[in-house]
Amino acid sequence: MEYEVVIGLEIHAELATKSKIYCGCTTEFGGEPNTHCCPGCIGMPGALPVLNKAVVEYAIKAGLATNCEISHYSRQDRKHYFYPDLAKAYQISQCDYPLCRNGYLEIEVNGEKKKIGITRIHIEEDAGKLIHDEYGRGTFVDYNRSGVPLIEIVTEPDMRSSAEVKAFFEKLKAILEYTAVSDCKMQEGSLRADINLSVRPKGQKEFGVRTEMKNLNSIRAIVRAVEFEAKRQILELEYGGVIERETRRWDDVKGESYSMRTKEEATDYRYMPDPDLYPIYVDQEWIEQIRATIPELPDDRKKRFISELGIPEYDASIITASKPLADFFEAAAKESKNAKAISNWVMGDLMKKLNDTGLEPSDIPFAPGNLARLVSLIDENVISGKIAKQVFDIMWETGEDPADIVEKKGLKVVTDTDAIRSVIIQVISANPKSVEDYKSGKTKAMGFLIGQIMRETKGKADPQAVNRLLKEELDKL
Amino acid sequence: MELTKLTACQAADKIRKKEISVPELTYAYLDKIIELNKKIGAYITVCGQEAEKQADIVQKKFDKNEELPLIAGIPAGINDNICTSGVLTSCGSRMLSNFVPPYDATVIKKLSQNHAVLLGKLNMDEFAMGSSNETSWYGQVKNPWDPERVPGGSGGGAAAAVASKMACFALGSDTGGSARLAASFCGVVGLRPTYGTVSRYGLVAFASSMDQAAPVTRDVADCAAVMNVIAGYDPLDSISRDSGYEDYTSFLENDVKGLKIGLPKEYFSGAVQKEVKEKVLDAAKVFESLGAEIEEISLPLFEYALPAYYIISSAEASSNLAQYDGIKYGYRAQQFEDLVDLYKKSRGEGFGEEVKRRILFGTYVLGAGNYDVFYNKALKVKRMIFEEYQNAYQKVDIILGPTAPSTAFKIGEKTVDPLDMYLIDAYTVPVNLAGLCAISLPCGFDSSGLPVGMQLIGKPYGEGTILRAAFTYEKNTGGNGGIDRGV
Repeated sequence: MEYEVVIGLEIHAELATKSKIYCGCTTEFGGEPNTHCCPGCIGMPGALPVLNKAVVEYAIKAGLATNCEISHYSRQDRKHYFYPDLAKAYQISQCDYPLCRNGYLEIEVNGEKKKIGITRIHIEEDAGKLIHDEYGRGTFVDYNRSGVPLIEIVTEPDMRSSAEVKAFFEKLKAILEYTAVSDCKMQEGSLRADINLSVRPKGQKEFGVRTEMKNLNSIRAIVRAVEFEAKRQILELEYGGVIERETRRWDDVKGESYSMRTKEEATDYRYMPDPDLYPIYVDQEWIEQIRATIPELPDDRKKRFISELGIPEYDASIITASKPLADFFEAAAKESKNAKAISNWVMGDLMKKLNDTGLEPSDIPFAPGNLARLVSLIDENVISGKIAKQVFDIMWETGEDPADIVEKKGLKVVTDTDAIRSVIIQVISANPKSVEDYKSGKTKAMGFLIGQIMRETKGKADPQAVNRLLKEELDKL
Repeated sequence: MELTKLTACQAADKIRKKEISVPELTYAYLDKIIELNKKIGAYITVCGQEAEKQADIVQKKFDKNEELPLIAGIPAGINDNICTSGVLTSCGSRMLSNFVPPYDATVIKKLSQNHAVLLGKLNMDEFAMGSSNETSWYGQVKNPWDPERVPGGSGGGAAAAVASKMACFALGSDTGGSARLAASFCGVVGLRPTYGTVSRYGLVAFASSMDQAAPVTRDVADCAAVMNVIAGYDPLDSISRDSGYEDYTSFLENDVKGLKIGLPKEYFSGAVQKEVKEKVLDAAKVFESLGAEIEEISLPLFEYALPAYYIISSAEASSNLAQYDGIKYGYRAQQFEDLVDLYKKSRGEGFGEEVKRRILFGTYVLGAGNYDVFYNKALKVKRMIFEEYQNAYQKVDIILGPTAPSTAFKIGEKTVDPLDMYLIDAYTVPVNLAGLCAISLPCGFDSSGLPVGMQLIGKPYGEGTILRAAFTYEKNTGGNGGIDRGV
C-alpha cells in the first residue's frame, strides 16, 4: 500500500533579548552555574514576574514576518508539572490566547511552491538545566537558562516529506535570523523542534495516530528523525500493528527513536491564567511600529540578488537562506565588480570550509572585502585561479589581506617571457621522451610538459604565456 | 508610664519631645516579649539584637535632630509570610522551617527606609491557611483575652502581639480576611487594602489574585500611618498600582455627616451570634447619631462568596505551593528512593493537614474536565459579586457588618469539621473576591468579655472613606483603646 506522511512541527526559539522574560537577569549563554539568577529564576517564595516588553515585541515581529494575525488581547497561563529544572513547578506560557495566530510560510521543493500554515506563536519561559555529575556525586540544577524567553511556533500538519520539513525549517530559521528575533544557534539549543508525525494510506481523509518527538536540535537530526519515524510507522502498519499516541525520544547517535511515555501517562498541566500578570493588550499602532522595523526578508533578498547582482537562482536561494552568509556575500559583491565570481567562491570554497570546520557563517574568519580583492587579483591576472585557492586557505587561517599574502609569499603570476622561456627550455631538455611523443602527434604530451613547467614555477607562470612560448619552442625543434 | 501602652502615633510624639527614647521603647517591647511570648506564642523568631542595634541607630538620628518619618523608631512585628533578608521566613510551615530569604519584601524595604524597628517574625496559620491559628507548625497562638481561645487567623500572631503589647503594630496579610478576623478576635484594628495598593513582592504567595499585606494596629490613626509607609506602586509587582493616595492620615477626620452606610441584611441573619449582631447594630446607631444615614441593603450573592473563594484560593494555592518540592530550599525528606519519592515524601512531611487539603482541592478544581465546572465558574461568580458590590455602592458610601459571625472560639472547637472553620470567613471573603477594601475595628465586648469586631467595607480605593468613618467611631466611643489586653 502507498502511504502519505503527515508532519507538523512545534519549534522553540530562544529570543535574542538582553534580559529574561520576567526579570532583569541576563540571557547570555553559559556562565558559571546559577550566576545569571535572581529569586524569580530560582522559584523563591514571594518573587514575582514582570513581563519584559521586548519579548512581546520580538514575538510580534516573528508573527508579522510569518504572516500571522497579531492578537490585540492575549493571556499568560501557568502550565504545571514537576521537574527539578522547572523552578516554580509551573512554566508561564500561553494556552488559549496566544500572541500570534493563523500565519504561513511559502516553501519550494523541487520547483513546487507550497504554503505551510502556522497555527500560532506564543511566548513562554525556558527552564533550567540538569547537570549529572560525572563523578557520580549526584545531579545538580543550573537555573541560568530559567526564564530565558522563548517563542513556540506551532505549524499545521501541512508537511508531507522530510524535504518539505527541511525547507520549512530552513526558511523559518532564516526569517528568525533576518529579523534578529533569535540567534538560532542550534548547537546552544536556541532553536529546537518537536516533530508530530503520522502516516495514512494515500487518499484517506482522516489523519493517522500521531507520535511526538521532542527537542531535535539540528537540521540533520530533524530530517533523519522524520525519515526514521515515517518508515517505522509504515512498517508497523504494514505488519498489522497499531500506532500508539506517544512521545518518543530521538537518539541521534543510534539514529533511531524510542518510546518515552504514552498518552495514558500524559501530564494534566492544569493550565490556569497567571494571577500575577495582567493580560497583554496590543494596539494596532504598536503593531505598525514593530512592522516598520522588519528588515528585508530572505525571499525579497533572493529576488534582488538575482536581478541586481545577476547570480543564478540556485546560488541566490542557498546564500540568502543564511542571513550572515547573505550579508557576507552582499558586502563582498559590493566591493567587487564580479558578483558572479564572488557567488562561485561562496558556493564553493567558502561553503566547503564552513562544512569542514563546522563553523557558522557568522564566524567566517576574514572580511568580505578580502574575498572581493582576491577575486580582483584573479581578474587582473595578478594570480592564477589555482594560486587563488592557496591564498584563500591562508586568508582563512590568518585573516590577512590577499594582496599582502601574494606579496609576502611571492605568488604573483610570472609574465616575464624570458624567465618562462628559460624554464621551458630546461623542461624540454629534461623530457626528451615527451617531446618525441608530441612530435609524433600525441598532443597529450603537451599537457604533461605544461604541468612540469607549472610545477617548476610553482604555478605562478601565466598559463597563456606558457602555452604560447612552449608551442614556439617545440616548433623550433 | 508603661511605654508599650502607647500607640505608634503617641510614641512618635513622645520620642520627638524627648520624653522617651527609641531604645527605651524597644527594650520595653523586648521585655514584654520575654514576659508573654511563652504564654501567647505570637512570635516564631525574635530579632532582639538587630532591634537593639536599629533602635540605637534611629535614636542617633533623632539626637541629630534629623527629620524622620512618623514610624521611625516604632517597634513592629512582621508576619512570617513576609520575606525578611537574613531572617527565617517560615510561613508557619515545616516546609519553610529552614528558609532564610536573601532578599526583603518591598514592604520590609519600605519599613526599613522609614526606620521602623523590627522586633521579629510572627506566628500564623501555615501559609496563611486557617482562621484560628491552629495549623501552624510552630504551635498555637493564644488569644490574649482568654488563653483557652483562638486569636483568629491566619494572622493570629500579629493580632495577639499587638493586643498583648508585644508589638506596637504589626504587618499581617489578608487573602480572605486573615488580618481582619484576627484583629476582630483580639480587639485590635486590621485593614485590608484594595488589591494592588500594597506591593506583593516578597509576600509569600497563597492566593495571588487576592493576597495583600495588611496593617494590624492599636487604633485607626496608627493604621493610616502604616498605610502611608507600605502603600504605593512597585515595579516589582505587575499588579500593583498607584492608588492615588498621598497621605492616608489626612482622612482622620471626626465627621460622618451625610455618609451613607449600608447594612446588608445577609450579614445580620443566619449564623451570626446574637451578641455580635447587637454590638454591630449599636455601632450603626452611633454612626446614625453622628449624622450618617443608615440604610438596609441586600447582597443576594453573599452565600456564593465562600464557595467561590475556596475554589479560587485553593486553585491558586495548589499552583503557588508547587514550587516547594524539596529541591532548591526548604524541607527535604531524609530518606527517598528516587525523584518522585523525594517529591512525595518532602511534600507529604513538609506540609500540614490543612495545606494538603487545599492543595488537593485546588489541584482537583483545575484538573482536566473540572476547570470549567469549578474554577471558571468560580471566576464568573467572583465577577458577579464584584458587580453586585458596584451596584450597592451606587446607593451607599460604605457597608457595615460584623467581621466574623462570632467572637473568639475555644481552641479545638472547630478543628473536627473543616467546613465549620471555613464558615468563620463568610463575612470577610466577599471583600477579597470583589477587590474592595475594609477595616475591622473593635465595637464592644460580648458577655464573656471577648472583643467584638465590626468591619467597614469601602469600594475599591475607598480607604479614605472607611478610615474616616472608623476614626470617627473610635473618637466618639473611645474604641477599646484604654483597655489593657495583656493576659
